[in-house]
Amino acid sequence: MRKLLFESLFRRPLTESAPAEDQAAIEELTKALANSARRRLGRSLSIREVDAGSCNGCELEIHALNNAYFDIERFGLKFVASPRHADMLLVTGPVTKNMAEALKRTYDATPAPKWVVAVGDCARDGGCFAGSYAVLGGVSAVIPVDLHIPGCPPDPTSLLRGLLALLGETAGDPSRPPHVLKQRPD
Amino acid sequence: MTAFWSFITKRRRPARDAHGFAGYVVDAEEWRALATALNGENATLLGLWGDGESIRLAALDAVTNAIAVFSLACPEGRYPSVGRVHAPAQRPERAVRDLTGLVADGAPDSRAWLDHGRWGLRHPLGSARSAAPKAKPYAFLAAEGEGLHEIPVGPVHAGIIEPGHFRFTANGETIVRLEERLGFVHKGTNKLIEGAPLDVAARLAARISGDSSIAYSFAFARAAEAALGIDPPDRAIWLCALMAELERLANHLGDIGAVCNDAAFALMPAHCAVLREQVLRAAAKAFGHRLMFDRIVPGGVATDLSAEGAAAISAMTDHVRKRFPAIVELYDDTPSLQDRTVKTGFLSAELAAAFGAGGFVGRASGRLFDARKALAYAPYDDLAFDVPVRVDGDVNARVWIRIGEVEQSLDLVDRILARLPEGPILCAPTAPYAKAEGLALVEGFRGDVLVWLRIGTDGLVERCHLRDPSWFQWPLLEAVVENNIVADFPLCNKSFNCSYSGHDL
Repeated sequence: MRKLLFESLFRRPLTESAPAEDQAAIEELTKALANSARRRLGRSLSIREVDAGSCNGCELEIHALNNAYFDIERFGLKFVASPRHADMLLVTGPVTKNMAEALKRTYDATPAPKWVVAVGDCARDGGCFAGSYAVLGGVSAVIPVDLHIPGCPPDPTSLLRGLLALLGETAGDPSRPPHVLKQRPD
Repeated sequence: MTAFWSFITKRRRPARDAHGFAGYVVDAEEWRALATALNGENATLLGLWGDGESIRLAALDAVTNAIAVFSLACPEGRYPSVGRVHAPAQRPERAVRDLTGLVADGAPDSRAWLDHGRWGLRHPLGSARSAAPKAKPYAFLAAEGEGLHEIPVGPVHAGIIEPGHFRFTANGETIVRLEERLGFVHKGTNKLIEGAPLDVAARLAARISGDSSIAYSFAFARAAEAALGIDPPDRAIWLCALMAELERLANHLGDIGAVCNDAAFALMPAHCAVLREQVLRAAAKAFGHRLMFDRIVPGGVATDLSAEGAAAISAMTDHVRKRFPAIVELYDDTPSLQDRTVKTGFLSAELAAAFGAGGFVGRASGRLFDARKALAYAPYDDLAFDVPVRVDGDVNARVWIRIGEVEQSLDLVDRILARLPEGPILCAPTAPYAKAEGLALVEGFRGDVLVWLRIGTDGLVERCHLRDPSWFQWPLLEAVVENNIVADFPLCNKSFNCSYSGHDL
């Protein structure tokens, strides 16, 4: 173990510089977010991921955000275990009828102000599962959605772009580089 | 050498339109005899599904590795229960009832499984009837005794994972019983595939379980090719195997770290996640998609491998081979980690064999089966490799099987690249079509994925059954956690890493 830890001290970090914020996402968000909410969170967001029926592909790529290359926590974004600790729900999948109630309850358990980001093509409108007897449709069929990140599945860079746009917006200053942490307004 | 169903082959002729398996129509008496025979040493249940007014059962003979599908007509919507005498069939029978309405006579468990009473209809794959959506409380099996308490978990879990419900009954820290409640991510995929053109069906098959997209695409393509009598070009066959091994590598690397993460040993997942990421990046460079969705299609592959793509994969295997031994050493040399994994979640060889547990779950408990080896489908018939197997059956053994398979897959990837034939990559299916059935069993990272389908004369998929290896692994997880402490459940669960989406379909 010591050898590996020691090596890590001298190896160059694998972490890559942040991707540019997604312009389309910023525009979508400007419309969606109220000014008051922006000021409250600073540049820190706790995320609760909810699989509402996905094939697990989106989860794999969301997971990758935690690896050393993307290192999502450097942006003040972190995944939490309970909706009660969360500012944002990251929801994947076409919403299946068997998961609709669980999704709604998770949303209700999340304290306001809260945002919902729908991840993946299925989360928009059901994707290739749209029209099935077992599927309600996209995430917005059950809870209000603030931002949608497309892709099947979206790669971690696209996910990061979308989330950084949200972070820039919630901090009220999209022009500042996202890796510069802004002091939390009191 | 004769298969365990020789009492049927002596009397019956195999169906003519069956490809990739032997198909037999049987009567109720033979069906009962089959159910009993499934408890024999050489018999493995591969799948059970409803097809219109008949019930189908796929079985593997472990000695000859022959696959047969038996069909029993159920004019009154009933058939003799297989689960009554062979437990692995119980959940499939419950699913068959939910989806088609066919009832297993004498089944020990008549509760609904996939149908949570929320679809607005019943029996979507049979003669569908509308029903008012009504979610009924699920009757969990009772566990009674002094000092017992229940811990309900899910369907929304704490991690970034799929949804399902676990109901633990515990006595203090010790698990007395675990009961799984699945079906939350049921998307009705089988119904969507019914009547769909091949390309649409293949896209759906690629999304049965995102981590096994290649395994499903490969199995679906092979089943369709068998039904249509297409021989995909050599280069395509080798590229399929290349993608299958990349998928195996990425998942095993992720899992090895994830198991250790559940013992709160963060260094392992940190290093494993980096290697996993390198595999996905190589896949993206080579095939244009990190998880290689839709790259395998009926008739071949959709994306050719360029010289740069091959170089990216080679560079990746060189790098992983260099870094992986230190990670394995770290796992092996950390007693506090071994303390959590050794002797935790023990699965006996008897149970693994009875359920026909595939993948690392079976191979860590003495079941040697690997579809690549046993069925030797191309190009694995032309590639020598070892199948790691252990008998200790605990979390530690399932980690070591994965470690062994990572090493095997690295070698396979290099050898496939070295021998990749030149030539075309696709032999697309064309009309006219003859009505035919095809079946394929492909070794995914989790175990053997079964696809059976019937294609009509119009070239559309009439019926399809996709069976995830998790069907026969989930019930075993219930068995292995008994008498373990609640805090070790995540380790047991991750060491199994069963699919929710693949199971719920």
